[in-house]
Amino acid sequence: MNHLHEDEVKRLELTANKLRQHVITSVANAKSGHQGGPLGMADIFAVLYFHELRHDPKNPDWEDRDRLILSNGHTCPIRYAAMAEAGYFPVDELMTLRKLGSRLQGHPERTRLPGAETTSGPLGAGLAQAAGLAYAAKMDGKKWRTYAMTSDGEHEAGLHWEAMLFAGKYRLDNLVCIIDRNYIQIDGKTENIMPLDPLRDKYEAFNWHVIECNGNDVRDVVRAFEEAKAPEQKPICIIAHTIPGKGVSYMENNYLWHSQPFKPGEAEQALAELRAEEEKLNADHR
Amino acid sequence: MFNKNAKLADNALAADVPMKPTRDGYGLGVVEAAKIDPRVVVVCADLTESTRNLDFKKLFPDRFVQVGVHEQFLAAGAAGLAMAGKIPFITSYAMFCPGRAWEQVRTNICLNDVNVKIVGSHAGVSVGPDGATHQAIEDIAIMRPIPRMTIIAPCDAVEAKKATLAAAKMVGPCYIRFAREKTPVFTTEETPFEIGKALTLREGKDAAIIACGPLVHNALKAAEALAAEGLDVRVINSPTVKPLDEAAVLAAATDCGAIVTVEEHQITGGLGGAVAEYLAKSRPTPQEFVGVPNVFGESGEPMQLIEHFGMGVSHIKEAVRRAAARKAERSKG
Repeated sequence: MNHLHEDEVKRLELTANKLRQHVITSVANAKSGHQGGPLGMADIFAVLYFHELRHDPKNPDWEDRDRLILSNGHTCPIRYAAMAEAGYFPVDELMTLRKLGSRLQGHPERTRLPGAETTSGPLGAGLAQAAGLAYAAKMDGKKWRTYAMTSDGEHEAGLHWEAMLFAGKYRLDNLVCIIDRNYIQIDGKTENIMPLDPLRDKYEAFNWHVIECNGNDVRDVVRAFEEAKAPEQKPICIIAHTIPGKGVSYMENNYLWHSQPFKPGEAEQALAELRAEEEKLNADHR
Repeated sequence: MFNKNAKLADNALAADVPMKPTRDGYGLGVVEAAKIDPRVVVVCADLTESTRNLDFKKLFPDRFVQVGVHEQFLAAGAAGLAMAGKIPFITSYAMFCPGRAWEQVRTNICLNDVNVKIVGSHAGVSVGPDGATHQAIEDIAIMRPIPRMTIIAPCDAVEAKKATLAAAKMVGPCYIRFAREKTPVFTTEETPFEIGKALTLREGKDAAIIACGPLVHNALKAAEALAAEGLDVRVINSPTVKPLDEAAVLAAATDCGAIVTVEEHQITGGLGGAVAEYLAKSRPTPQEFVGVPNVFGESGEPMQLIEHFGMGVSHIKEAVRRAAARKAERSKG
């Protein structure tokens, strides 16, 4: 069903694993921050930064780069991990996360970190900014694309729906909204807090082209991004079904790990599990 | 006596002074700005005519973006346009943007430090019959504490056009406040305008009025009337509320020893507050505040409402007398 070479699959899976390890070490070192979302999104970020995006870590302001707007800013540990691994800044700098004077703010800031693209955290505002970028690219006949990474919980914000209407009206087919559909938010399950399903139908009714994928399978994520390039004259929504906390047994599907401080030993256990997975990946692919 | 350098219109205080809304000045200014700079775009939230964007839309249809009644998107989407190099003028009623879109203005525009110009029309109680829901009298107060924000409240249509052009030229977030109603056009093309600079319109040393917006005209009338009573009153037009022209404020406090601030806005958090905050630390000076006294507006005729809420010429005169009396009291003590 897709032609991704096995070597590329292995590279992306190992990259995702490494990003997960960075999430654990940086959040544990910061003594606060979010784990569930970032771990669930690791495979998507591995594909974005190491397969999909046209970007240049040494020239973050490159005019023709693809733009990646992280709307759910609280999940920035995964973006920081991907940026560090890609070479935007030294991996060691991840240990400054949430510290005074750091470029790696608790929620990302455009003016502090080159390549962060925008400041985010207050939910529901990313797709609007991404739509503005995509609209400007169309005005100027530019080929770069805009990706908005969003959480499912933030779909409760009215501004997000304003942006959905706008992108649908102007047929922004250079805009891709990725939804981390993990069904959790701070207070519990999304469908209990404020139901979003059928989410696909809602996007389609707003004149979007919808693609669903397993957000924890790099092959399927790559397939979704490929399909997103088929011209439909519609903005594209990728509903990426993910497992929050993916890769750490005690975090998976537990909404409390949206964000909570590690207790003694927990980070170590998480890292041990991830390293075991890394070894297994290396062995499987050998 | 008028400051000659202010180059006010000869008929500035005459009965035949021409009348025009400041929003008209925006409409002319944004078209001119667009001719000068191809990056200028207008983003509109279903108020093309009343925010004076019809000419822009006609002349630059490809640079006119209609977003509908989406004020939060108006601000957040414009942040995206600006990130891609555009200079968006986002236009609505001040009540809705920046009013409704405050957090998007704060986080997506100012914290992001992107080059978006916020055009808030229909500010003040002079919106008139529409009533309190549409009378933005808190807009300056909600913009002032946001870092990186520049705030301009032009005094007439001529200054409004200059402010629009200057906003397009400066780099960074800027809020410009316009009024719906026709008000006197008393400055001229030759009247100096620079963001961050106040301008002395009338010399004087017994008290100084520092004003912004169309009420500057009332301040001038009050000063003229007080001259007949032997009070020599300086009138300063301070269109830029932020950054405040501190040198002009300090000079007014030093030379005149009594200050009256005048604005069509809540007294809380407006120009008066900015002046008071500055003087409290640099040169504490008796100050009286003309503005809306922390109440909501209501329906009525525009000029009727200006009087009703205590911002008429007689109220300004009273405030000057009070400030001058406090100054005299102080020099006795």
